Amino acid sequence: MKPIVKIESVGQEFPARAGRFVALRDINLAISPGEVVALIGHSGCGKSTLLNLIAGLTRATHGVLLCDNREITGPGPERAVVFQNHSLLPWMTCSENVMLAVERVFGRKEGKAKLTARVVAALEMVHMEHALDKYPHEISGGMKQRVGIARAFAMEPRILLMDEPFGALDALTRASLQDELNGVLAKTGATVVMVTHDVDEAVLLSDRIVMMTNGPAATIGEIVTVDLPRPRDRLELAEDSRFAAYRAAVFEFLYRKQLKKVA
Amino acid sequence: MSAVIAFKNVGSMQVAEVDAMAILPIQTTVSPAPTFMEIAPFSAQEVSPALGRGPGRGERLVHGARELAKTVIPPLLGIALLLGIWALVAVKNNSIPGPMQTWDAAAKLFADPFYRNGPNDQGIGWNVLSSLQRVGIGFGFAALVGIPAGFMLGRFNFMNRMFEPVISLLRPVSPLAWLPIGLLVFKRADPAATWTIFICSIWPMILNTAQGVQRVPQDYLNVARVLGLSEDKVITRILFPAVLPYMLTGIRLSIGTAWLVIVAAEMLTGGVGIGFWVWDEWNSLKVEHIIIAIFVIGMVGFALEQMLLLLAKRFTYESR
Repeated sequence: MKPIVKIESVGQEFPARAGRFVALRDINLAISPGEVVALIGHSGCGKSTLLNLIAGLTRATHGVLLCDNREITGPGPERAVVFQNHSLLPWMTCSENVMLAVERVFGRKEGKAKLTARVVAALEMVHMEHALDKYPHEISGGMKQRVGIARAFAMEPRILLMDEPFGALDALTRASLQDELNGVLAKTGATVVMVTHDVDEAVLLSDRIVMMTNGPAATIGEIVTVDLPRPRDRLELAEDSRFAAYRAAVFEFLYRKQLKKVA
Repeated sequence: MSAVIAFKNVGSMQVAEVDAMAILPIQTTVSPAPTFMEIAPFSAQEVSPALGRGPGRGERLVHGARELAKTVIPPLLGIALLLGIWALVAVKNNSIPGPMQTWDAAAKLFADPFYRNGPNDQGIGWNVLSSLQRVGIGFGFAALVGIPAGFMLGRFNFMNRMFEPVISLLRPVSPLAWLPIGLLVFKRADPAATWTIFICSIWPMILNTAQGVQRVPQDYLNVARVLGLSEDKVITRILFPAVLPYMLTGIRLSIGTAWLVIVAAEMLTGGVGIGFWVWDEWNSLKVEHIIIAIFVIGMVGFALEQMLLLLAKRFTYESR
């Protein structure tokens, strides 16, 4: 299958006090349609930097990133982003927040009723239809993140970029949102690139786990292909030896090969 | 974004001012709206007495009365203390009228606050209104200039650096020092007084707006970029609502200072106005009227502040 996203010898440098700081080097990755890819690594390894490059929020200093064979030169609605801290606009209700995205993508072609239907459908998908007219501060952290996901999905993006989407949530809420996301992915067949530092989350959700070496000058260390059947059930997998093996492989990489030197 | 650091010098002073306001008891009225989680357990508690499990009716009445006493008694004590000291001073010093004497004079004065006997003898109501009008006009012009200027300074680092020394130099100057310039330029007392209001109102307006623009969370701007919002949508849907609370703080600080300054300015310029009225009553040695004016000025200032706090509360959003 032709890849949606191609990352070809990408490097990223930032100006620093003493010359330049090399954050990423020699990144090569191709992502196929419908694939769920997790980027994992110790903090500071540049996984978020890589995601921002795909999102087009920053430009790479070396190499080239392609989406549908076109160079990524800036953000675009075909690459929706779910931010770590939901980033809902606090002065708008949940439905207005989603509408802002829907309007931008479909506003030219579709009437008001159709747009509203899209908003409602997106919020229904994450079971937030009860909060259409609630403001973000009136709902819990997990609910806000659901709305954030709904906003991204409502744009019908070619690829969904998630930056530690559940990082700010407690363990139980995180688990239920992971299951929900798995359900949504099964329904939509979406392509996802997800930054995480949660090994279980990576194995549970993704088809491939891209493990990154420690920065500076981080690059892709190893890639684990997770060959577990879908739909995946958290409880069944807990007993599954393959799940344990994938988990062990990622832990092995993170804690034996890439152990952070503690100063 | 890059402008944040450059403006820190001037900006931080403003922050200090804002924070100081937060210490005032008045500020407690703007406590943020309770979140969903906060409401839930509270309402459960309220329901329980209705179910007959809570304290009895009499007990609740006593509890209510106690709560009422807690909120009402301390302020009353404070006012009583003020009146007591005043009465004591009046007894010792014959030239200062006591509370009762002032009260009688106030009753007479407020029996007809809107009379007009020529330009220099008008009711206290007219005086207060014309002072408010001056504040309104001067302040309105300051908002017209200061808010767009604040947006420019917050958005463009170059502008920020360019105007930082100018603002740092001019801001500490008493607005009254500008009064002669106003008289010179406008040739009349009235616009000169308005001019001082303009000068004193514009600094908080510029600085707070600029700070608000610089503090728009990067996340919101990223959302705008990812969604690919058009420039006008970025301004109306993201920048303006994010900056509004800061702007309202600037407006509140401006109005507070303007109300302080107008009294002094009018003492110098004359005409109709509460400041001039105080000076006029001093010239005819009606001390009780001066005391009344002090109370009136205080109450109007308090009312202005409360109005703006209510407005700010309406437009303050929880970001988490």
